[in-house]
Amino acid sequence: MDISVVIEHFPRLMEGAWITVQITIISVVLGFVVAVPAAAMRLSGNPVLRLPVQGFMFYFRGTPLLVQLFLIYYGSGQLREQLEVVGLWSWFREAWFCAVLTLTLNTAAYTAEILRGAIQGVPRGEIEAGRAVGMSGVLLFRRIIMPKAFRIALPAYGNEVVFLLQATSLVSTITLLDLTGVARRVIAQTFAVYEVFIAAAVMYLVMVYALVFLFRWMEKRLNPVRQ
Amino acid sequence: MPDLFNLQGYGGSLMEGAVMTVLVGLTAMAIAVLLGLLGAWGKLSGSPLARFITDTYTTIVRGVPELIMLLLVYFGVPTLIQDTAQALGHELVIDLDPFTAGSLTIGFIYGAFCTEVFRGAFQSVPKGQIEAARAAGMHEILTFRRVRFPQAMRYALPGLGNVWMVLIKATALISIIQLDELMRNARIAANTTHKPFTFYFVASLIFLLITIVSMWGQRYAERWANRGVRH
Repeated sequence: MDISVVIEHFPRLMEGAWITVQITIISVVLGFVVAVPAAAMRLSGNPVLRLPVQGFMFYFRGTPLLVQLFLIYYGSGQLREQLEVVGLWSWFREAWFCAVLTLTLNTAAYTAEILRGAIQGVPRGEIEAGRAVGMSGVLLFRRIIMPKAFRIALPAYGNEVVFLLQATSLVSTITLLDLTGVARRVIAQTFAVYEVFIAAAVMYLVMVYALVFLFRWMEKRLNPVRQ
Repeated sequence: MPDLFNLQGYGGSLMEGAVMTVLVGLTAMAIAVLLGLLGAWGKLSGSPLARFITDTYTTIVRGVPELIMLLLVYFGVPTLIQDTAQALGHELVIDLDPFTAGSLTIGFIYGAFCTEVFRGAFQSVPKGQIEAARAAGMHEILTFRRVRFPQAMRYALPGLGNVWMVLIKATALISIIQLDELMRNARIAANTTHKPFTFYFVASLIFLLITIVSMWGQRYAERWANRGVRH
């Protein structure tokens, strides 16, 4: 065990961890923004709204994240001409953009599924009460269904965010220098294989459990029955 | 469009990769089920030591990314053992092949998920059945073999199906340590033909197919397991 390597390269690992945090936050926020309308469309009676979302969710939940990442980052190269025509090529050339896009779509699919279950779990009586006081459509969705559904979804959603944080380690395979990427680079230079990987693992553990506690605190705060 | 799906003779290689994916997946699943049974036993046993070990196990698995774990096992563990041996004055060369490292790592990770599944399943077996077995004169081991285990398996089946479907997707990671499974063969084909979109898309469809077949298999298995249950 040569701890000095870890201490020497600790600032670099911290920089990598910061990239990991940034990618996680951006993807979680964007993924949630996509997931809310997706969940609503998924529950719509109109097949024109429902079927595309259903296909999207099935594809992103049924295939490995690594394949999705390679498909978007490397695969876009094959469609370069078409992407240049619509002016998107300069975006898809960037590993950063492809990583955030893939993670956003992936977490959106999982989050939409969680929200779908939660929306269906909203007690009928509350929706009927909302209708009885004259709410309908978007207002009913915004004031009654979503707040309740989000509370129901929170434990499962917390798990999803934890999974996403860990999944960001895959972006190191498309050249990004997140915590895993930095760890692999430090190892290539120092050959301190297990020291650096164990240090990275501990840093992930700290981040994950910080998130777990954050969500537990939120669950307590949002619980209407306070002790 | 037809050009987009021209596999240029790499279809066979993708199929071989898919077979390898299923093989490594099944091996990992077997390890996960074994660890899951051990873990559930640890969590349900009164022993504080067993509970401490299983709690540490699930805590680590929940908090460390699969990729880090895989790289640590494949590159780190042989070096760690060699260094330790050298410190003790032995020359040792250890090489893990990608299949072993991959199935062990994925099995280790999903063993923690199986632990939760089995723990819930064993707790779901109605107390009355165990008491009935005792009343009929069965001993601890016989009760486990004849009553607790078969009943718990029925409760565990849906959870195990879910673990399998997440696990088989996680095996794609093993391509990073160069096991010739579906993802890696797709990558080789993509690099030589310069058609990454085509090959990664086809690979994703094969994964989707594995998921669909698994869902169908799960439904069949659950119906089989519940054939004697009155609704």
